[in-house]
Amino acid sequence: MSRSASRLAMGGRLKRDKVISFTFDGKKYKGFEGDTIASALLANGVSLIGRSWKYHRPRGIVSDGAEEPSAIFQLEEGAFTIPNVRATQAEIYEGMLIKSTNAWPSVSFDVMSIFGVFSRFLPAGFYYKTFMWPQKFWMAYEHIIRKASGLGESPRLPDPDHYLRTNAHCDVLVVGSGPAGLMAALAAGRSGARVILADEQAEFGGRLLSSVDRIDNQAADDWLSEVVAELTSMPDVRLLKRSTVFGYHDSNFTTIVERLNDHHSIKNRKGAREKVWRLRAKQVILATGAHERPIVFGNNDRPGVMLASAVSSYVNRYAIKLAKRAVLFANNDGAYQTAFDLDAAGVKVAAVVDSRKNEDGQLAIKLNALGIERITNAVVVNVKGRSHVRGVVVKALASDGRSVQGDARAIECDLLAISGGWNPAIHLLAQSGGKAKWNDAKSCFEPDLVVQKQRSVGASNGTFSLAGCLQEGMEAGLESAKLSGFEVSDMNVPTVNSTSEIALEPLWRVPSHHKPWLGPKQFVDPQNDVGVSDIYLAAREGFESIEHVKRYTALGFGTDQGKIGNIVGMAILAEALGKTIPETGTTTFRPNYTPVSFGAIAGPEVGNQLFDPVRKTSVHTWHEENGALFEDVGQWKRPWYFPKSINGRLETLDEAVNRECLATRNSVGIMDASTLGKIEIVGKDACEFLNRIYTNAWKKLGIDCARYGFMLGEDGMVMDDGVTVRLAEDRFFMHTTTGGAAGVLNWMEHWLQTEWPEMEVYLTSVTDHWATAAVVGPNSRRVVSKIVEGIDFAKETFPFMTSREGTIDGLPVRVNRISFSGELAYEVNVAANYGRHVWERLIAAGEEFNITPYGTEAMHVLRAEKGYVIVGQDTDGSVTPIDLGMSWVVSKMKDFIGRRSLSRKDCLRPGRKQLVGLLTVDPSEVLPEGGQIVNAPTNEIPIPMLGHVTSSYHSACLGRSIAMALVKGGLDRMGETVHIALADGRMLPAVIASPVFYDAAGERQNV
Amino acid sequence: MLLISCPWCGQRDESEFSYGGEAHIVRPPDPDAIDDEAWADYLFFRTNPKGEHREQWLHSAGCRRWFNVVRDTVTYKISAIYKVGETPPSQENESQNNNQSEQVSK
Repeated sequence: MSRSASRLAMGGRLKRDKVISFTFDGKKYKGFEGDTIASALLANGVSLIGRSWKYHRPRGIVSDGAEEPSAIFQLEEGAFTIPNVRATQAEIYEGMLIKSTNAWPSVSFDVMSIFGVFSRFLPAGFYYKTFMWPQKFWMAYEHIIRKASGLGESPRLPDPDHYLRTNAHCDVLVVGSGPAGLMAALAAGRSGARVILADEQAEFGGRLLSSVDRIDNQAADDWLSEVVAELTSMPDVRLLKRSTVFGYHDSNFTTIVERLNDHHSIKNRKGAREKVWRLRAKQVILATGAHERPIVFGNNDRPGVMLASAVSSYVNRYAIKLAKRAVLFANNDGAYQTAFDLDAAGVKVAAVVDSRKNEDGQLAIKLNALGIERITNAVVVNVKGRSHVRGVVVKALASDGRSVQGDARAIECDLLAISGGWNPAIHLLAQSGGKAKWNDAKSCFEPDLVVQKQRSVGASNGTFSLAGCLQEGMEAGLESAKLSGFEVSDMNVPTVNSTSEIALEPLWRVPSHHKPWLGPKQFVDPQNDVGVSDIYLAAREGFESIEHVKRYTALGFGTDQGKIGNIVGMAILAEALGKTIPETGTTTFRPNYTPVSFGAIAGPEVGNQLFDPVRKTSVHTWHEENGALFEDVGQWKRPWYFPKSINGRLETLDEAVNRECLATRNSVGIMDASTLGKIEIVGKDACEFLNRIYTNAWKKLGIDCARYGFMLGEDGMVMDDGVTVRLAEDRFFMHTTTGGAAGVLNWMEHWLQTEWPEMEVYLTSVTDHWATAAVVGPNSRRVVSKIVEGIDFAKETFPFMTSREGTIDGLPVRVNRISFSGELAYEVNVAANYGRHVWERLIAAGEEFNITPYGTEAMHVLRAEKGYVIVGQDTDGSVTPIDLGMSWVVSKMKDFIGRRSLSRKDCLRPGRKQLVGLLTVDPSEVLPEGGQIVNAPTNEIPIPMLGHVTSSYHSACLGRSIAMALVKGGLDRMGETVHIALADGRMLPAVIASPVFYDAAGERQNV
Repeated sequence: MLLISCPWCGQRDESEFSYGGEAHIVRPPDPDAIDDEAWADYLFFRTNPKGEHREQWLHSAGCRRWFNVVRDTVTYKISAIYKVGETPPSQENESQNNNQSEQVSK
């Protein structure tokens, strides 16, 4: 604690033969295996370990567990650095590198502590009210304010570790291995049930690890060893230490993070860093214990002010003589044990200050025998000392208990142990959907409503006596095993010689003659520098809900999530509002109970390139070998363009696309169309089904004929499109867009299964079964007829929009004469495994015609030249077929999904955005896709917006730019000029035109 | 992470399923006979109760069949699971005019 703290020669649960060296803030220290960072620093006399978040006040170690607000450190450097490590929970290892945070140049001399001087002007929410003028400097202020606060730094290098994830089931999950949890696990384990016992610490035992109690006439330590040995011997009991149950979800689904390697020095780590268990248990027993709460008084955040149970833990478990002189300030009997523990360790206990008026009992007699002064009906009002406690100021309480009176009395000490009572750790209960109720007599929240197969035992159930914990744990274990279907036999509850009693009188904050915002600051949530004055401020400003007070003051934020301050804060808010505690309520508990690393959540996906599957066609390697660059279309990699080498350099995108388009329209191109969705639709009602889900008519479609199909949502908006081929009376082959395939299949299944189960239709996804090579251009017929056998490709025998079957090298192929470019074209389909073979045969057959592989970019240009829409590019879910100028595809003779919506008022109103072509006045200018369209440049603000550019390219075939756009009332504005706003401020004029820029008569595909 | 009993496959984790919104939304048999407001009710309006909700789920990572579930929207407790076409458990208020009786089963 102070310079006088030191390790005791005997005692504690450390491995004294394993000495560990570590570095804190550049200085080397030694500790033992079994020490946490906190205990090792305390044993070395280190007490000032950080600066607070906002005011940069000097801070010390407060607790011994997850509730720690101040001892928050940065570990290691580079890829292994971890921020926000709680020193009270992290085990030291050889060579550990630890840094304090939020102080510069050092913890003992922090330049930013100047903020503390102005703390009166920096209350909660100060940044909402200050630094507002001039407004344009707000971002600059914000930058500086942010730099001045915060704890720790994120790593900047990729995570070097890997993480595991496992699924598990058990009969009984026991959370927490204190006396209640151990008994529960023992009782359930003895019945043969599959038990999992999880504890966040490196050892099982909970509070027993720092206890001087005797159980079954032996030291708690010895009883503990026996129990753990028995549990270890049971084959169906799994013991998980260093494992935090951090989330409790529906149907007894819990998530547990098991820390496998953080306690080893970096060079000795082997295997995964952490493992997350996704566990479903038949029964859950919550034995999560309780957190001691502080009392709030002036300067209660000084280094050397610690929770009483933590003091006992550092003395008994870690064998540290914490100070020369100590004072205990409490409102309950249980805390007196800390005075006895300190005395036994050779610390002079100068006084026990008890806020209660009560008469002398056993405890008073024991104190007297040890020569320890007891001051009742009194409170500590202030702490002396800045970087460490030098003493306390004590005053008597008035008879009504609501103010102090009389002379102040100063007591010298270098340790102040405080105890305001205990808060059951009900976090998991609340996460599971349960509710807690305020118990006035015990001054705490207790489990009340339980909605899952679960029970709370021990301190987490408001049972604070050791005997009670053992009893409840045993009963819960037996009950849970029985409910899981196991036979249980009677068990004896161990006998206890416990000295702790926990009679308590509530005291949240020490009354002060100052107004809440004057006088020494009284801290409620030290990590977020939230004091009593801030809670009163929030109440004064109208924030009456505890949820609002939390967000306004930051009470309960940070790594401890209010474990130390929330209940006290809520009680103080109740006082400020004149309400009761139940009326004020608490904030909601959500996962995670304590911070969990991102890596643990990501599990095997850390650094995994295949987090989302990458889908490649069977021709993919050919594309790679031939220099293709790829773009992502959904999960697929599609060739984007195939740049060639010209004059010793690679073609640009524009050069390649221009070449690919010209070559295709002038001779022949080839494109890999394997990624398009393909669905077989089979059954006696297949045709009727198509009629209902497509906008156009299908009944009269002949066998081996193809038709373009247009699909709407029930709201009338365009959803997907594609060509569907009729293979037989009851068999159709549907194409969808690449990205829409899975959605369309799900859509169709949903209608068939839930709306029309009487229809006999079967759907099969065959997207991956077929490879498709689109051979496109005036020479395409010559190419395919060279290698396909069994098909007569003459125009009369194989007309446009029909399908034929033949073979290539004996392989069955289906050839569809359909076109997305307006050119003569054939799509050659073969079983996917032969995709590359057929592709290479086509390439060889096309060589004499300079067959040119092209990618998605050229494909986009070719279709745009013809005014063909791409669903999802030219439509966005708010566009009907009428808006696209495609009334021809909408049947007037039958009902179909979406038809009724087309006659909704909103779909008929004038001024809807309609698809048109745009031709820039300067043909060399290519409009940006997404470009916003207005009538004319104007200073009118806001300027009326007409729509946006959906597709835009340079067309090599036309020698100028082309674009498609959605423009309000566009179809009635042919020939008019509009303007497109560019990011550089220019307004480009363009003329509204037909989107069919090339071969309007459609002659080129009819050859 | 709900535990859902697929009627065909048995108990599985929620992550195997996809949610399909309110169940028993029957497509109006004669869409032309109803006005825009009634059509919009079918398209867009759902009951959104605080309490028991009859909804559709799809076993998307399993048998890929749709089925119906009665689930409490506050506690998430599932009280019934039944196949498409089976009789749903009775409900207090049948408010919509297009929440017709159960479909013809095959």
